[in-house]
Amino acid sequence: MEAQAEMKNTDAKTKSDSKSHGIDISAMNRGAGQELSLDNETTCIDVRNMNLFYGEKQALFDVNMTIPKQRVTAFIGPSGCGKSTLLRSFNRMNDLVDGCSITGEINMEGQNIYQKNVDVAELRRKVGMVFQKPNPFPKSIYENVAYGLRIQGINNKRVLDEAVEWSLRSAALWDEVKDRLHESALGMSGGQQQRLVIARTIAVKPEVLLLDEPASALDPISTLKIEELIYELKDRFTIVIVTHNMQQAARVSDYTAFMYMGNLIEFGNTDMLFTNPKEKKTEDYITGRYG
Amino acid sequence: MRESFGSWTRTGSPWVWLNAGAVAISVVMVIGLLALIAVRGLGHFWPASIIEADVRAADGSLHHITGELTDSLTVPAEQVRASGVAIPADQETVTRYLVKIGNRDVYGTDFRWVLKDQIENADYPEALMAVERREWGNFYGYLISVKQDGQVIAQQAVGENSIWPEFEKRIARALTIHEEIYQIEKHEIGRINYAMERLRLKQRSLELKGKDTPQAITEIQTERRVLDAEYKVLQQKLGDLYVEANRDSFVAQAMDGQQIEVSVSKVVRAFQPNMMHLGNKIVFYGEKLWEFMTDEPREANTEGGIFPAIFGTVMMVLLMSVMVTPFGVIAAVYLREYAKQGFVTRMIRIAVNNLAGVPSIVYGVFGLGFFVYFLGGHIDDLFFPEALPAPTFGTPGLMWASITLALLTVPVVIVATEEGLARIPRSVREGSLALGATKAETLWRVVLPMASPAMMTGVILAVARAAGEVAPLMLVGVVKLAPSLPLDGNYPFIHLDQKFMHLGFHIYDVGFQSPNVEAARPLVYATALLLVIVIALLNMSAVAIRNHLREKYKSLEM
Repeated sequence: MEAQAEMKNTDAKTKSDSKSHGIDISAMNRGAGQELSLDNETTCIDVRNMNLFYGEKQALFDVNMTIPKQRVTAFIGPSGCGKSTLLRSFNRMNDLVDGCSITGEINMEGQNIYQKNVDVAELRRKVGMVFQKPNPFPKSIYENVAYGLRIQGINNKRVLDEAVEWSLRSAALWDEVKDRLHESALGMSGGQQQRLVIARTIAVKPEVLLLDEPASALDPISTLKIEELIYELKDRFTIVIVTHNMQQAARVSDYTAFMYMGNLIEFGNTDMLFTNPKEKKTEDYITGRYG
Repeated sequence: MRESFGSWTRTGSPWVWLNAGAVAISVVMVIGLLALIAVRGLGHFWPASIIEADVRAADGSLHHITGELTDSLTVPAEQVRASGVAIPADQETVTRYLVKIGNRDVYGTDFRWVLKDQIENADYPEALMAVERREWGNFYGYLISVKQDGQVIAQQAVGENSIWPEFEKRIARALTIHEEIYQIEKHEIGRINYAMERLRLKQRSLELKGKDTPQAITEIQTERRVLDAEYKVLQQKLGDLYVEANRDSFVAQAMDGQQIEVSVSKVVRAFQPNMMHLGNKIVFYGEKLWEFMTDEPREANTEGGIFPAIFGTVMMVLLMSVMVTPFGVIAAVYLREYAKQGFVTRMIRIAVNNLAGVPSIVYGVFGLGFFVYFLGGHIDDLFFPEALPAPTFGTPGLMWASITLALLTVPVVIVATEEGLARIPRSVREGSLALGATKAETLWRVVLPMASPAMMTGVILAVARAAGEVAPLMLVGVVKLAPSLPLDGNYPFIHLDQKFMHLGFHIYDVGFQSPNVEAARPLVYATALLLVIVIALLNMSAVAIRNHLREKYKSLEM
C-alpha cells in the first residue's frame, strides 16, 4: 500500500515538474539558433565503407559516416532498415549474433575497433549501450549502478558510493531512489528502470552512449524524462540514439541520419534534414508516405 | 431443456470432468497410501492390553494363554478344517486372532494363531505385566519376586501388585548403569580402539617407507602404552559395572505356570498396560515413538529405533547433493553457453537424457566395479598402503554410495539447469556485456544467480530420486547394521570410507530378511512412513531455498 502511495506521489511530482519545465526541448536544444554543421565538428566515430552480413544476407550496404563528438546523433528509418544493426556495431554487440560478419572499418580514436587486437570488453566500457527494454539486473538499485565498476575490480565502498550517487544524480533518479538504494531494482517503474540502466551505463564513464530506442517501451511522461536526460548528458557524452519516433529525433538530436533498406540515405543537421531534405526518400519518410 | 451429447462435448466440460477425475484419483491414492502406512506403522507403538484366556484345543483340553491381540483375520472354514480342526458343518467362515505371546526364550516363538471360537474366559487382569527385554523379545506374565544377589528382597502372590515400585526402582538403577556401560564401550573404548588402530597404521606406514627408526618406534610404543593403561582402567571399570548391573533379577510366572528368572539388566522397560489409563498410554506412546526415532536397533533390527538409518539416509543425500550440484551445473553451463551447438552437442544432450532412464541397479554395478574396486583400489594403493590388505576406500562405503547416486541424478540437474539458463532473457546478458563484462563475468555475476532457482529444481528432483533408491546402494555401501555413525568425535570426524545404514534398505531388511517376520511387520510400515517423511522434509527444505531464490531473482516481468 505504502509503495503505491509513493508511486502516485512521484507521478504527481512528475506532472508538476513537466509543467514547470516546459515541454519544448527542441527550443532549448537549438538555443541561439547557430547553424550546426558536420564540417565544424570533431569526429568521434568514423565509419568507412562498412558492409554487414547476417550469414548470406547483407544488412548494411557501404555505410560511410562520421559521428560528431559530444553531439546527439539520431538514426531514423522504417523498421528493419538496419539502424539498430549499425548502432550495435559501434560496440561490437553484433559479435553475439551467430554468422554476423563485417567488412570495412569503424574507427574510434584512430583505431579500427574491428581489428583483432581490440579488447572488446574495454571497447564496451568506452561505448556504453542502453537497450529498448529496460534490463536492470535482479539486484539492488545500488548494485545495479555499481556493477560496471565492480567488473573493473573497484570494490572500495567510498569510491562506489560516490560513483553511484553521481550516476544516479546524472540520470535524474537520485531524489526518487536515494532512500531505497538497497531495494531490488525490479520494484521500480519502467521509466525509472530505464533511467537506472542509463545511470548504470554512465557510471563507468563511457565516451559514447548508444541508445537503442530507449523510450519506445515507456509512457509519454517517462519518455519526456528520458529526453530531458539526453539533453542533460550531451555535454559530457557523445550520444547516438536510434528512434522510431521522428518528433523525438527532431526534439533531441543535433544530427540525424536517415536509413532505408540497409543504406544510409541522408545524414546531416537535424533541422535541415527535417525541413529541407535533399533526398526524395527522406522526404517521403518524414512526411509519412511510408514507414 | 435437453442438451445433445454433441453440444455438451463442445462446451469442453467432459475434459474438465476427466481432468478433475484424474486429479481426484491421484489424490485419493496418495492419501490412501500415506494413511495405510501411517495406521499400520504408528499403531505398533500403542501399549495394547494384555489378554488372559483359556484356549480349548481340539482334544478338549484347556491351555492358558496371555498376550496381545495383534491382528484378526476371517478365513473360510474349509481352510481351517483342512488343517485338522473340527468346525461345525454349518459354519462358513472362522475368525482367528494373532496373539503375541512373547516369551520367545520359553516357547520358541512369539506369535500364535487362535480361533475366536476356542477362546474362553477372556480377561484383562491388571497385575499382568509386559517386560521389554534386550534379548528374546517381550515377556508377559505376573511378577512374583525381586531378587538381589540371589536373595529374595520382595515377593508377592500371583495377581497382587505390591512389589511393583521396588521392581521399577531396580529397573531404573539398571538402566542408569547400562547407560554408563554404553558410554564407556561406545565412546571411550571406541576412541581408544580408534587411536590404537591409527598407531598401528602409522607404524606400518613408517615400516613401508623404511623410516622405522628405533626412536620413532619407541615413540609409538610409548603412546601405545599410555592407551593400554587407559584401556585397562576402563576395562576394570566396565567389569565392576557389569557386576553391579547383574546384581538384581526378578522372577515372573509365565502363562503356563512356569516361573522364570530374568536379570534386571536385560530389561528395557516394564509396564502394566491393563492398568494404564489414557494419559499414561499417550505418554508411553510418545516415549516409544521417540525411542524409535532416536535409538539404535536391537534384536536383528526388529526392536529399538532406527536412528542410524535416518542419519545415514540424510547424510548420504546431503553428500550426494553437494557432489551433484557443481557437476551438473558446470556441465550444463558448458553445454548451453560454451559448446558449439551442433551435431556433437545434440548427441551429448540425448545421451544425458537417456542416462536418466538407465535402471539404477546398473549404476550400482558400475559403482561397484569402477568406483569401489578400480578407483578405491588405486586410492588404497596410493594413499593407504599401510592398511593393506584390509581395504580403506576399496570397499563399499558412504563416499562411493554418494558418488554413485550423484552419477545417477546428474542428468536431472543438467537438464533443469540448461532449461533455467535458456530462460534467462537475452537482454539481461546483453546489458551486462554492454557494461564491459566478459562472458565469464556475465555468467558468474548475473546469469548463474538468475538460473539458481532452476538449479534448485534440479537438486530437488535429484534428492527425491536419490533418497528413495535402494538397489544400487546395496552394492556400494549400505549395510544391515553399521557399528558406528559415519559422523563422530574421532578425527577426521566424517568417515567417508565407512559403511552406513539406510532407511530404504532397512525396510527391505526388516521386511524380508528378518528372522521374526510377525514382529517386524509393523516396523516395516513405520520405517516406510519415516522414509517418506524424511524425503518430504529434505524436499521441502530444498523447495524453501528455491522459493527464496525465486523471490530474490523474480523474473523481469514487464
